[in-house]
Amino acid sequence: MGNTNFHHALKIREDLCIGCSHCMNVCPTEAIRVKNGKSVLFGDRCVDCGECFRVCPVSAIIIDHDDFNNIFDYKYRVALVPAVFTGQFPVDISLRQIFSVLIDIGFTHVYEVENGVEILLEAINETSTPQPEKKPLISSFCPAIVRLIQVKFPALVDNILLLKPPLDISALHIRKEMEEKGIPAEETGIFYVTPCAAKIAAIKDPVGEAASAITGVINMDILFNRVYRQVKQKNNHTCALPSGSKLSNVAMCWSLTNGEAPHVKGRSLAIDEIKNVIEFLERLENDEFSDIDFLELRACDESCAGGVLTISNRFLAAERLRNHVENFQPNPELQYPDSLRSIYQNSEYLQENISIEKVYPRSILKLDDNMAEAMKKMERVNRIMQLLPMVDCGICGAPSCQALAQDIVQGLGNIKHCIFIQKILEQKGELNLEDSVKIMQDIWGYGKTNKYRDLKGI
Amino acid sequence: MHFEFNIEGGNFSKAGTASSQLKKILKQLNVDPKVIKRVVVALYEAEVNVVAHAYTGQIFIDIDTNKIEIKLVDEGPGIPNIELAMQQGYSTASPAVREMGFGAGMGLPNIKNNTDELHVASEVGKGTTVKMAIFLIS
Repeated sequence: MGNTNFHHALKIREDLCIGCSHCMNVCPTEAIRVKNGKSVLFGDRCVDCGECFRVCPVSAIIIDHDDFNNIFDYKYRVALVPAVFTGQFPVDISLRQIFSVLIDIGFTHVYEVENGVEILLEAINETSTPQPEKKPLISSFCPAIVRLIQVKFPALVDNILLLKPPLDISALHIRKEMEEKGIPAEETGIFYVTPCAAKIAAIKDPVGEAASAITGVINMDILFNRVYRQVKQKNNHTCALPSGSKLSNVAMCWSLTNGEAPHVKGRSLAIDEIKNVIEFLERLENDEFSDIDFLELRACDESCAGGVLTISNRFLAAERLRNHVENFQPNPELQYPDSLRSIYQNSEYLQENISIEKVYPRSILKLDDNMAEAMKKMERVNRIMQLLPMVDCGICGAPSCQALAQDIVQGLGNIKHCIFIQKILEQKGELNLEDSVKIMQDIWGYGKTNKYRDLKGI
Repeated sequence: MHFEFNIEGGNFSKAGTASSQLKKILKQLNVDPKVIKRVVVALYEAEVNVVAHAYTGQIFIDIDTNKIEIKLVDEGPGIPNIELAMQQGYSTASPAVREMGFGAGMGLPNIKNNTDELHVASEVGKGTTVKMAIFLIS
């Protein structure tokens, strides 16, 4: 049932991790355990939502991206920039300024991701009404949501709209444009500036696509620092000024909450933040709602403006994009040399290549592939659960009593990891104190387990 | 495997508890997602029926590798004409229930569409027993 070795952009740095378990407690798919005083990630469960990254107090969770200098491996270096990137800057810094600095620091082209929106919107609204059992269609925009559905809501994979998100459409357009100019594919590097980990995972290991047209990914926080510094240090009077954004209102706000839903025909609903999405999908799976045609689901609060790699406050970033809309002045032609033509020049080609392949479930919930085995395991899980205190304290290194019970049945845990059970075993003389302390040490590491004794000198 | 749940008549906020629980169980047992969907939809409809019409009810679920059997036993007004109740669009739900988005007369027909076997027995003034089965091996 699918490959379990997924590319994850989220990595835990063992040298920095202090095993505080904050990440374990917030993970929506229970993908993290604590062992030997460090957090450990279960790769098959992780959907790259980045909730762990947000709560880590020591920045031990990192988002693996490409080195900035990798762009110089290519003769043509395209910065594929989402609107939320510009939303990170204070309003007095203009879009043209930001783009010109991108050219200054080494890119040869700057292209806005949301240029692909209109092509996509056309395709969405041309999609024939699905059969009732495939309603509602679920947007493929947020890669963390696509993965969440695969692992946690396998019955809903067929509801995912099999169309490329604007990011991939724009990347395809750039590839096509460069090809038209006679530039060999290997000379063009397309680098996406990402607000989150999930987009990286989706580019390195696409769902429903063989390979991505995007060459590399640069984290938004890192590029922001580079650009903002440059903006502060000079006024850019000398560099070629690219024109401001040509994006329409709809395109500019596409990545924000309610960016998609109001523009899709039929009854559409927008839900952001992964726990809200999970709550809704649980009920959707029961068929409790009918007559919804389209769902825009985003893993982050305030959608991409709240991406884990953003710098600005998410509400302010969203405000900047919305305000930009009010000042929108269509500007048909880019002025800097070597610019790319409008995406409509390639609309036929893009429409032909807009589909992605079927998305397959890869359930993390099954206890065994074989149902009879799974039933035996479930009976064991239920028996173990009756012995556990059900307080979900996390001292065993698993996020809940149920998670521990399942780990035990899958050979990944031991009932003695439960502190309540340890106490009783000690009382009954079935576990000596030395072994009991050793168990704690194996979960939480030496330091945390022995702190009191070592500091007090007892 | 055997599971039991109770249903409280009139409490719509709890309708769906058993179907959600059963869904979790079936996912863990690696049952085909399409089968899970049918089971969950059928049980949810049946739960809502009990909540909407009866005073109290119980659900008995038996799962083996061949089939899923569900029995709902309620204490309630009963169904005077089962044949009529099985017709799409026929409903005796009160206006209050309809206002909550239930009672469109799709309950029993929808259960029938999603199950392989369905038996409804009812005694007016006493209650209704709904038995359904979904086979795992076609």
